[in-house]
Amino acid sequence: MSIGIIQFGGSNCDLDVLHVLKDVLGVDAELVWYKEEDLKRFDGIVVPGGFSYGDYLRAGSIAARTPIMASIKALADEGKPVIGICNGFQILTESGLLEGALTTNIYPKFRCEPTFLRVETTDTPFTSKFSKGDVLSIPIAHMEGNFYADEFTLSMLEGNEQVAFRYVNRDGKATDEANPNGSLENIAGIVSAKKNVLGMMPHPERASEEALGSRDGLKIFESMVEYISSQ
Amino acid sequence: MQYQAEVTIELKSGMLDPEGTTIKRALEHLGYETESVKTAKKYAIILQAGSIHDARETVEEMCQKLISNPIIHNYSISLRELQ
Repeated sequence: MSIGIIQFGGSNCDLDVLHVLKDVLGVDAELVWYKEEDLKRFDGIVVPGGFSYGDYLRAGSIAARTPIMASIKALADEGKPVIGICNGFQILTESGLLEGALTTNIYPKFRCEPTFLRVETTDTPFTSKFSKGDVLSIPIAHMEGNFYADEFTLSMLEGNEQVAFRYVNRDGKATDEANPNGSLENIAGIVSAKKNVLGMMPHPERASEEALGSRDGLKIFESMVEYISSQ
Repeated sequence: MQYQAEVTIELKSGMLDPEGTTIKRALEHLGYETESVKTAKKYAIILQAGSIHDARETVEEMCQKLISNPIIHNYSISLRELQ
């Protein structure tokens, strides 16, 4: 099994993800510079966070138009799991792999802090090791994380159980106060219609070891690895 | 022929514009009452094309493929021929 971690100019959470996959989980993982186009050797892909291309134009928009995205799409079409974290989520929406868009936080400020997330579905390759309703502590670090989709798309996402995580308070309630960025319906992460592509604004790689205050994010990577092993 | 296109990208109506809202508040601090403040981005693109019609078609494509995000943006294009 091998998982590829895509590096664009300006990615900066790539090494954290590599550390979690290799050192914490003991999985074979590899950094992949975005100019590489052949991803066939990988069983899964992580598009990590950062500020690809300085967030020029719109966060994620430039990276989304690089040729490697066609290879990531092809891999996703085969049913292999793909996670986009933070800027990676923005790249996946900009490239059309995921629905919706991520716009400027309702209070236009860079927010870097712990958040609570509720697991909305366990029927994805990334959440199978959770129980529905689990409340996780995973931090965010973004200024453009305000999830937006038109009414039709939103009802489709809800109807197909494509909402993976919602921002909640400590008690698991999706309140306005618990919503750090104004995302519609407190959405923190969604999956594709086939459920094998996940985008989320919070950083599970920053919550994968006890020393970091939370290990809640680790199960996302563990679920992904288990899914790949079962294929 | 050489043309200059001015492309304006705006958020679709009804979408939140947190930057505009912040500017509106700052204007209030200076004593200016406004109904609303909306932000937009403008791009100036110079290109060669056979006709103004072709230039418009090309810039439309640019807007749809990259410069705007059709989920959240409207765009408008104004074109002029450069001497």
